[in-house]
Parts: sequence; C-alpha cells; structure tokens
Amino acid sequence: MMHGEPIAAASLGEEGAVPAATSLPLVCTSKLTKIYRMGEVEVLALDAVDFAASAGEFDVILGPSGSGKSTFLNLIGGLDTPTSGEAWFQDHQLAKASEAALTRYRRDHVGFVFQFYNLVPSLTARENVKLVTEISRRPMRPEEALELVGLSDRMDHFPAQLSGGEQQRVAIARAIAKRPDLLLCDEPTGALDSKTGVVVLEALLRVNAEFDTTTLVITHNVAIREIAHRVVNFANGRIVSVETNQTRLPASAISW
Amino acid sequence: MNALHIKLIRELRRLWAQVASIGLVIAAGVAALIIGMGTYQSLEKTRADYYARNNFADVFASVARAPRSLLPAIGELDGVLVVDARIVRLAPADVEGLAEPASVLLISLPAGPQPLNQLHLRSGRLPEAGQTTEAVVSEVFATARGLVPGSRLDVVMNGTHRSVTITGIALAPDYIYAMTPGDIMPSEGRFGVLWMPEATIAATYDLTGAFNTVSLKLAPGAATNTIIAGLDRLLAPYGGQGAYGRSQQTSHVFLDAELTQLRGMSAVLPPIFLVVAAFLVNMTLTRLIALEREQIGLLKALGYGSWSIAWHYVEFVLLIAVLGIVAGYGFGIWAGNALTVLYARYYSFPVLTFSRDPAIYVIAAAVTMGASVLGAVRAVRQAAWLPPAVAMMPPAPPVYRRILGARNPFHLEVPQRWIIASRHLLHWPWRTAGGVVGLALATAILIGSLWSVGAINYMVDYTFNRTERQDGTITFLGSRPAAALYEVARLPGVLAAEPFASLGVEISKGPVSRRIGLTAYAGGSDQTRLLDDRFRPVVLPEEGVIISRSLARLLRVGLGDSVEIRPLDGGGQTYSVSVAGLMEGYLGLAAYMDLEALDTLLGRSPQISGVNVEIDERQQAELFAALKATPALGMISLRSVALERFRETMAQNMFVMIGVLLAMAGVIAFGVVYNFARISLSEQGREMASLRVLGFSRGEVSMLLLSEIAMVTLLAQPIGWLLGIGLARGMVSSFSSELFTMPLVLELDVFVYSTAVVMAAAGLSGLVVRRRIDRLDMIAVLKTRE
Ligand SMILES: Nc1ncnc2c1ncn2[C@@H]1O[C@H](COP(=O)(O)OP(=O)(O)O)[C@@H](O)[C@H]1O
Ligand SMILES: [Mg+2]
Repeated sequence: MMHGEPIAAASLGEEGAVPAATSLPLVCTSKLTKIYRMGEVEVLALDAVDFAASAGEFDVILGPSGSGKSTFLNLIGGLDTPTSGEAWFQDHQLAKASEAALTRYRRDHVGFVFQFYNLVPSLTARENVKLVTEISRRPMRPEEALELVGLSDRMDHFPAQLSGGEQQRVAIARAIAKRPDLLLCDEPTGALDSKTGVVVLEALLRVNAEFDTTTLVITHNVAIREIAHRVVNFANGRIVSVETNQTRLPASAISW
Repeated sequence: MNALHIKLIRELRRLWAQVASIGLVIAAGVAALIIGMGTYQSLEKTRADYYARNNFADVFASVARAPRSLLPAIGELDGVLVVDARIVRLAPADVEGLAEPASVLLISLPAGPQPLNQLHLRSGRLPEAGQTTEAVVSEVFATARGLVPGSRLDVVMNGTHRSVTITGIALAPDYIYAMTPGDIMPSEGRFGVLWMPEATIAATYDLTGAFNTVSLKLAPGAATNTIIAGLDRLLAPYGGQGAYGRSQQTSHVFLDAELTQLRGMSAVLPPIFLVVAAFLVNMTLTRLIALEREQIGLLKALGYGSWSIAWHYVEFVLLIAVLGIVAGYGFGIWAGNALTVLYARYYSFPVLTFSRDPAIYVIAAAVTMGASVLGAVRAVRQAAWLPPAVAMMPPAPPVYRRILGARNPFHLEVPQRWIIASRHLLHWPWRTAGGVVGLALATAILIGSLWSVGAINYMVDYTFNRTERQDGTITFLGSRPAAALYEVARLPGVLAAEPFASLGVEISKGPVSRRIGLTAYAGGSDQTRLLDDRFRPVVLPEEGVIISRSLARLLRVGLGDSVEIRPLDGGGQTYSVSVAGLMEGYLGLAAYMDLEALDTLLGRSPQISGVNVEIDERQQAELFAALKATPALGMISLRSVALERFRETMAQNMFVMIGVLLAMAGVIAFGVVYNFARISLSEQGREMASLRVLGFSRGEVSMLLLSEIAMVTLLAQPIGWLLGIGLARGMVSSFSSELFTMPLVLELDVFVYSTAVVMAAAGLSGLVVRRRIDRLDMIAVLKTRE
C-alpha cells in the first residue's frame, strides 16, 4: 500500500469492503504533524500523516508503542491541536479551531473510549450516560445506550460495583449515547481479558453497524485486525501501510 | 538532611498556596491571641502598677461641705488606712484659641505631700506654697491646647476671673480617662483638670477648714461595703452624696469596660481561628496522605517504622504552624503596638507599652502547635499504621450514596453535574461539615463585629436626632431660680431656650437603692424630649416619675408603684413618688420628671440647672463672647461639636477594628474555600478531564467545583447568621452594665454585608482554583490510571 500518501475519498469507494463513500470523507488529515517540546528535547510524535475515513468505516489502528497512534487519535478527536498540517471533520477545519469550537466538536460529533474507563465514580451507569445525553442535540435514551452494550440489568450500579468489562461497556454506552459521527477508541480492550474484550468489541461492532458510526480502534492486539474494514499501521509517527480486509470476522470468532 | 526532610521541603514548596492559606489562618489566630492578651496585660499591669505607685484610693465620696474635724472619725472606720480630703470644683475657663468657654476641674493640692491619688509630674513643678495662682494641668488638656509651663489660663473662680499660671503638666491615677462630669465621652481640649494649692481654692470658695471630696485607702481585705455605709453615715449630715468604690469611679470603670472587651476578644477570636486551622490541616493532610499511600507502603517496605512516618507528617504540619506563628508574631506585635499607641491617646498613663511578656508568645505558639497537631492526628493515624502490603494497594473504591438520583422522591430532573457535586460533598461528610462550619464562623465574626456600627449609628441617631435635638446646653454651676431662663433667652444668637433641672438622687424601693441622675424638663419641651418604644414623644406626667426599664427591674417596681427619692445634696430628706411611666434607655439607670412636678414634689421655689438652646449659627461668636463675659451662667456644650467628636473617635476606632476583623474573616473564608476547592480538584481532576473529553466546556466543568463551593458557602450562611447573632448577644451582655446598655440593633444590611464578604472571599478563591481547572491537561490525566 501507499506510504503516507493521501487516500482519496474516491479510491476508498472502489475498495469493496469499505462502505460506499459520499463525496467527502468524514474525517481526513493532510500532513498532520505533532511535535512535543520538553525543554530542549523535541519529540516528533506525528510526522506529516495523511489519512481519510468515510462514514461507517470500522478501522483498526496498529503499531508499536510510541508510534504516534494516540497522538493521532487525540488530534482528530479535537483533544489537542497539531503543530502543523491539517485535519478536517466534514468541512470543518480542526487544526486551527478555537478551544470552544473543539469543545463543541467533541460534544456534538465525537465519542471516546479509553483504556482506563474514566467513569465518574459518584454516578451510576445510567447517570454516567445521562451526563452526556443531557448536553447532546439528538441523544438516545440512556437506557437504550446501555441496552445496546448489554447492560440493561446493571444500570443502577456504581462503577465500583461493576467489573472491568462492564465498566468499559458503560464507557462505550456513554460514548455512543449522543449518536456520534465518530467513535475513537484508544486500546479499549487493553485492560481486559480475552473473553471480556470480545464482549466489548461486539458492542463496538454493533454500534458501528446500527448507526453507521465511523469507528477507529487503536490496539496492539493483532488478533483484532480481523474484524475491521481496514487496518492502519503506524510506525515512527507515520502511517506505514493501510490494508483492507476483504472479509471480516465477527468478534466472537477471535481471541487472544 | 535526610531523604524524608528533602521530601518534606519539596512537598511544602509544591503545596505552597495551600500551606500559605493555612499559615495565614494560623497567623490570624496567633495575632488575635497576642493582640488580645498583650493589650490586656499591658493595660491591666500598667494600671495596677500606676495605682500602687501613686496610691489610688479605694473609696470615694462627695459632700456639700464637711468640716475637716470630721476626718479623724472617718479614719477610725474599721479598715481605713489613709484618708485624703480635697476640695473639687468645676469652673469655666477661657482658653486661648477656643471660642466657647472650656471647663476645668479644680482639685486642691495639700501643702505637704499628697496622701492619695498622687500626681505623676510630666514636666515643670508643683505650685509653690503661697503662690495662689499657680496650677498644674492635666496632660491631655495641655497637649490639646498647647499649654506649657509658663502658659496662662483665665479661670472663672467663684464668679471672678483669675489668671492662672501653669507650672507643670501632670497625670493622676483618678483621671486616667478624663471626662467632663456628666458627659459620655472625653472632650479633648474642652475639659481639663487643674491642681491648685488648697489654700487658694478654699479661700475662693469659702471652704477654709472644710472639704467637699474625700478618698480612702483601705487595708487589704477590708469590708468595702461596710466602710462605704459608715462613710455615708458620717457624711450624711453635711450633704453626703453617697460614697462609692472603684467600681463606680468613672476613670476606673471605663478602663474596666475596655479590659472586659479585650478579654472577650482573646476568649472568642483565637479559638475560632485555631479550630479552623486544625480543620484545614486535617483536610489537607488527609488528602496528601491518600495520594501518598503507595509511597508510605514503599517506605515501610524499605524498613521505615510507623512512628518515623507519622513524625514525617507531623513535621509537615509543624512547619506550617511555625510559618503561621512567625507571621502571627509579626502582625500581632505590630498591631498590638499600634493599638497601644491608640490607647495611650485616650488613657493617660505615665508609660504604656505593649506587653513584652514572653509567656504570651510561648502560650500562643504552644496552643497553635497543639491545635495543628491535633488536626493532623487522625489523618496520620490512618496511614502510618497500615501494613505495607495494604498501603501499597490502592484503597478500596469509594462507595457513593445514591441521593438525588432518578428515583429521588421529588422526581426532579437534576443535572448530573449537581448530582456529582452533592454526592461528592456527602461522600466526605466531615470535611463538608468542617467547611460549612469554617465559613459559618467567618460570617459570624463579621456579624459579631459589624452590628456594632449599626448599633452606634442607632444610638447617635436616637440621642442626637430624636431625643436631644438642642444645638447647645448651658449648664449652670449649681441650680438657679427659674428666672435665669430669661437671662439665657436674651443672649445674642439664642433662638429658643428650654429649661431643665438635673439632680443626683438616691432612688429606692424597700432594701434596693441606686444613685442616679434625675432630669426634669419643662412641659412642652421640644428640643429635648423622651420617646416611647415607637419613637413617639412622651408627655411628662403632671406628677410622678418616668424611669428606665432597667431601673424598674432593679427596684422591682412597675407602673403605679411608689418609690422613694432622696436628693443627694439635700438635707437627707426623702420624698415618695409614683412610677408614672417606663422607657428604654441606653445610658443605664435614669429617671425623668416634669419640671413643675419636681419643684412641687421637693416643695421648693422653681429652680433650674441649665437651659437647652437653639442657636443662630451666624451669631455664635457673639453668644460665646457674652457667655465668657457672664461666667455666672456657667458652661456651654455644643451638640454639633460633641457629635463630630463622637463620630471621629468612633469612626477611628471602628475603622481599625472592623478593618482588622474584615481581613481576619476574609482570611478564614479564603483559607477554607481555597483548601476545600484544591482538595476537591485533586480528587476530581480525573472526572473533570473526562468531562472535558465528553465535550463539556471549561466553564461547565468549573461549575462542578464552583457548585460545590456554592453549596458549602450557602449552607454556611444561615448557620453563620445564627452564630453571629449569638456572638452579638454575647457582646451586648458583656458591654452592658448598670451604667450603660448597648442596643442589639441587627439590621438586615449587617447580614447582607457579612454574607457578601464571605461570598466574595469564597468566589475569589474559587476563581483562583478555576484557573487550575482551565489548565487541566485532559490527555495526561486520561493516560494514567487513578
Ligand atoms: N505530552 C507529551 N509530551 C511529550 N511527548 C509525548 C507526549 N505525548 C506523547 N509523547 C511522545 O510522542 C510519541 C508518540 O506517543 P503516542 O502517540 O502516545 O504513541 P502510541 O499511542 O502509539 O503509543 C512518543 O514518543 C511519546 O513519548
Ligand atoms: Mg497510546
């Protein structure tokens, strides 16, 4: 595959397993670069990355530790701003957006799932989801979101009363309850065992299928690649290859 | 320095803002303690030394005119050590630079040494025997009027002008606080004391071989009351006006009131600060230890013992305390000295310096360190004794209560952010309660001090605008026939004149009796009048007496009951009169009558003691000139001047006091809220970062914390109001004496200001912490595990 070259929206459409793209990709980046400065030392975390994903895609991002995956996800999620280059969401330029505009962007369009679940410990599962639905434009009911991740019977439990996998599924419910256009997951199964991880992945796939949510999942679990439309490989702050899966496996078929 | 000490220093540096705010609270407490105890000690000790060195008397009495031959009999009274008879007379004086007449109190100096109430000569010398017109003058008056040895002063002695030469400037233990008799405040420069050779005064007033004032020194442990009764008995035939002890000696009483106030301050304020400081220490340390739990486990695994870990945290607390104590010493000594300088202006002592007693500083330091360590104990005990394996594991996940949730009984749709805030508050009930109490105390301190401004304004308004509305009062030297009114009315510039009579009486019912001033006004008086509880003018009854409620309570009498009245300067005759009305009064025990009713009661021809006048300001100078020319008319005091001086004095004292208390309450409120918010932020930083990721704005996330602060602050207000009312009540009862009551005037604005100040301090610290929320690094927080 191409190395760090722009992936035109049109070319995406030709690749069979990828959902048909409309005229514009949902997110795309051009020469996206992030340099961290720590005193004298500069770390080139992201080196002119070009990328595009269309609506409904489910991509897995692989790469060694420190290769820039999280930095990339944070930039397109509007959690941080690049040093140079551009990032677009539909026709919104993210790279130069103000703090307030990025907050709006995250609120309206993006859902995040992290390795550590980051639930509010003083709120029950339902209330954690409600936290988001309260500020969204077209949310689903919290119960509906929890139902989707299979937690209907755990809605009134506090995070401390849930297992790791359950907590992660609450986090997913919380991320999808706003019906985001973009779901960004940074090692969502990193802290989970295989069996629990599969349940979490199933929830992600289900959301992707039912709502056409473009989903990017970072993992260093190579087994997970089989469930994606495309697999994006990072190394040294660059995308070194993008592979398209002709056939996808269901989550239940994989383990690690 | 070992590794733990390095950690300690780093910790202090990292938490410097919290350390500083706790240190400030401690400093305020230490300062309050030092100011209160130090000033109290200074005044108390200085007064005691002064009294002892200059032989301040124990019992005092005035008499119309008693022969000196009575003195041996007085000396015979059991327990009397020294008897000192003097002649004391009030006289008008013409002072250069003062338009209206001033008044001076003439006090006789014996030919030999003074037995009691000895002068402390500041400069110059005593009058020489035989020099009839030499005098020593009191320092405050001399300073105000620029008198120095050699200055001359025109004094009207028994109707004739005398040019008196000042030979010296002095202080006396019986005039530490010098006021015109009958006034409620010292009138600097308008009233002074002149000590003159006894021969001069006796000759002028026709009192040779006689005296009109006597002071006694008693043996230690003597029965004061018995001696007072005995003295009264001896003086009665000569117009004895009633003997009294130090507890009714004006100068002594005013100092006592000051001392009571200082003692109250040192009893109330420092404990409040120390409690708050202990709470802040506890709160901060608990959080610090929670964050360092794993480190503690590690240290223990490395072989550090529980005690050395406990000591490490105690050292942390002690260092904060030491910072606070040092700052408190500095501020306390500075403010104490400033206060002492202020006191030295009102109270004439030979020397008044702020106490340097090391005991005060030792006590302040010990108490403060004790309170801080006490605050630390619980937090340290919880952590230091954990087995290392347990300590190294994260603590059990917190259990929250499901309040305000979906199934709340009111079916309210509460925003989740409020739920987070309230559950977080409830999760730490003791800390929350501590924060509420801390802020309530700040509010209470403010209410407890601000109310007095309203009360004083109220009293000024009541006295000067509602009841005593005259421009000036001309007080005769003794009483004069009622026709004297017309003499005054004819003076230039007098627009209206209303007569009054005032006399000292002993009022009694059964065994209870009190010496009070009885004032009588002419019917229809408009300038000076009495008001009832609803500020309506009271018409003085044709017969009978109106007395203050406090007097009625003391005598246990009500409307219609009869009381006995004995004029103090009369022949000891008593008159029976009925109580025709009751009224509130701030100047303690008082009684009022109609002028005619009084004359009828006493069976005398109409007499008056003075005249209240309305003055045409344009002719004021002529009026003063006329008054100086006719000294028989006595002295004039001007309301406007009195009012101005009163306001000045009060404003000055209040400004200082309220400024200090505002700062102190601010320190508490800021300290409590700041630490509260910092800890809350430290505990919830992760949640706040998650909320930012979820798309909450900085403002919305800050609200999480600000709403916690708001809830605590609001909750504290009603409690603070109640505590403040209690504090104000306590102050009223500690001020109140038979001589004087302060009204408990608690206007709404006192509560509004107090709450506003506390809220402002809370808001300020909230904003400071908010800046930290704005800088919250979402990504860094989310990468790490709690
Ligand atoms: N806040 C930061 N400050 C400095 N360097 C950082 C920061 N975040 C990430 N880096 C560096 O950027 C590089 C890429 O990091 P990251 O995107 O987290 O990698 P990955 O998620 O692929 O493991 C790494 O070398 C990392 O050390
Ligand atoms: Mg990463």
